[in-house]
Amino acid sequence: MATPRTITLTVNGTAHQVTVEPRTTLVDLLRGDLGLTGTHVGCEHGVCGACTILWNGKAVRSCIMLAVQADGSEIATVESLAQDGALHPIQQAFMEAHGLQCGFCTPGFLMSISELLARSPDPTDDEIKDTLGGQICRCTGYQTIFAAVRLAIKKLADARAAGGGA
Amino acid sequence: MKPPPFEYTAPTTLPEVVSLLQEHDFEAKILAGGQSLMPLLNMRLARPSILIDVARIPDLDYIRATDGSIAIGAMARQRSVELADVVRTSHPLLYATTMHIAHPQNRNQGTLGGSIAHADPAAEYPALALLLDAEMRATGPDGERTIGAADFFVTYLTTCLDTAEVLTEVRLPCLPPRTGWSIQELTRRHGDYALAGVMATMTLDGAGQCAEARLVLFGVGATPIRASNAEQMLIGTKPGETEFVAAAAKASADLDEPLSDVHASADYRRDLARVLTRRALAEATANAVGTA
Repeated sequence: MATPRTITLTVNGTAHQVTVEPRTTLVDLLRGDLGLTGTHVGCEHGVCGACTILWNGKAVRSCIMLAVQADGSEIATVESLAQDGALHPIQQAFMEAHGLQCGFCTPGFLMSISELLARSPDPTDDEIKDTLGGQICRCTGYQTIFAAVRLAIKKLADARAAGGGA
Repeated sequence: MKPPPFEYTAPTTLPEVVSLLQEHDFEAKILAGGQSLMPLLNMRLARPSILIDVARIPDLDYIRATDGSIAIGAMARQRSVELADVVRTSHPLLYATTMHIAHPQNRNQGTLGGSIAHADPAAEYPALALLLDAEMRATGPDGERTIGAADFFVTYLTTCLDTAEVLTEVRLPCLPPRTGWSIQELTRRHGDYALAGVMATMTLDGAGQCAEARLVLFGVGATPIRASNAEQMLIGTKPGETEFVAAAAKASADLDEPLSDVHASADYRRDLARVLTRRALAEATANAVGTA
C-alpha cells in the first residue's frame, strides 16, 4: 500500500479535497469517489477516447492521467454541459443529427468537440476530423457525428448572434 | 488494467529530481506527460516503485528559437509545439512531425522530451532528432551534459542517459536553405504507430545536385536508423527516379533485422522501408527544387 496523498481540484466548478492512492487514475476518482459516472471507461490505455475530459480547458484522456497529476487543476466533465436540464447546443446537435446510437463513446466526443469549438469556433473540415480521429465510435459511424459538429457550430453561432452566450 | 501500487513525488527543482533518482535508481521512473508510461503502468508492463513527476518544475516548459535551432524544454507539451507560431514559421518539418503523433487529445498531455526519453523506435520525435542531429541536454549528479542524437538512442526504449540523469532540453536544428523534406508513414489508422516510417531531407546545390541527403527509417529496428550508405549514394548526383530507387534498395537491404510482430512481418517491414524511402526522397527532392 503506497502512501495516500491529499489533493485539491475543481470539478465542474465545485472544489473538492480528496485523499487518493497515487495509482488512482483521474477517471476512477471522477467516477468512484465523486460519483460523476458520465465519463466512461473504455480501453484504459488512452486509445478509445471514451474517458476524455477537459483538464484546464484541454481535452485529455482521464484513464492515462493520475488523479495526483490533477492536483490544483480545473476539470470539466460531460456533466458540466447541460444547464438547468437544458441540453448544451453540442448535445442538442448530436441528438438532432443522430450523432449517437449506443452512446458509450459520446461523453468523450462531446468534451473533445467542446475544446475544439472553444478554441476554434469556425473550424475547417480537417480540424474537425483531426479532433474526431482521437475518439472511437463503433456503431454510429463518423458521418453523422461530423454532421452533428457542423450543426453544433451553427447553433453556437446563432446563440452568439442572438446575444445568448452558451 | 489498473496500475500496480507505487509511491509518487512531484519535486519542484532539478537537484531534487537527481537526488531522488540516485536514491531509487532502477526502481524510479520519471513521469512527464504520461502518454506512453501510463498505458505501460495500466497494463502492468512497467512496475516502478516510485514515480517522479517532473511537471511541477518551473522553467522546463518553453519553445524558443536560438541561433538556427528550436530549443524545447523537456516539459513542453506536443500540443504547444503544434500551436507555436515560431515552429510553424521556422521549422515546418517539426510541425509536420508533430501532426503525425497520435491525436490532439494525446498531444495536449504528451511532451516532446518525454517522447525522446522514452525512445520508442516507432515514435516520430526520436526519428526527427536523429535526422536533424538534435542535441539533448541532461542534468545528473555530475552536472549538465549535451548528447548528440547519434549517441543518444541505444536500443529499444533505452537511451544513453544514466539512471540518475534527467533530460531537460532538446535542440532541433532548422533546415538549411535549398532543402526539402518528407515524412512517409504507413499506419493502419491515422494516429497509430507507424508499421514503418521514413523521414528524409534533400539539400541541393545551385546546379541542382545533391549536396546533402539525410534518411532515417523508424519502426523497423530497435532504434530509429540512419541510412548512411544510401545517403552517400545520392551525394553529387542530380537526384531523380533512378537514384531514388537505388538508394531506397540500399537503405532497405542495409536493415539488420527488421522488427517482426503481430502487426507486420520482418519481410513486410523491409519492403515497406524500400517503398517509403523512394517516396520520401522523391517528395523531399521536389520540395527542395521548390525552395531554390
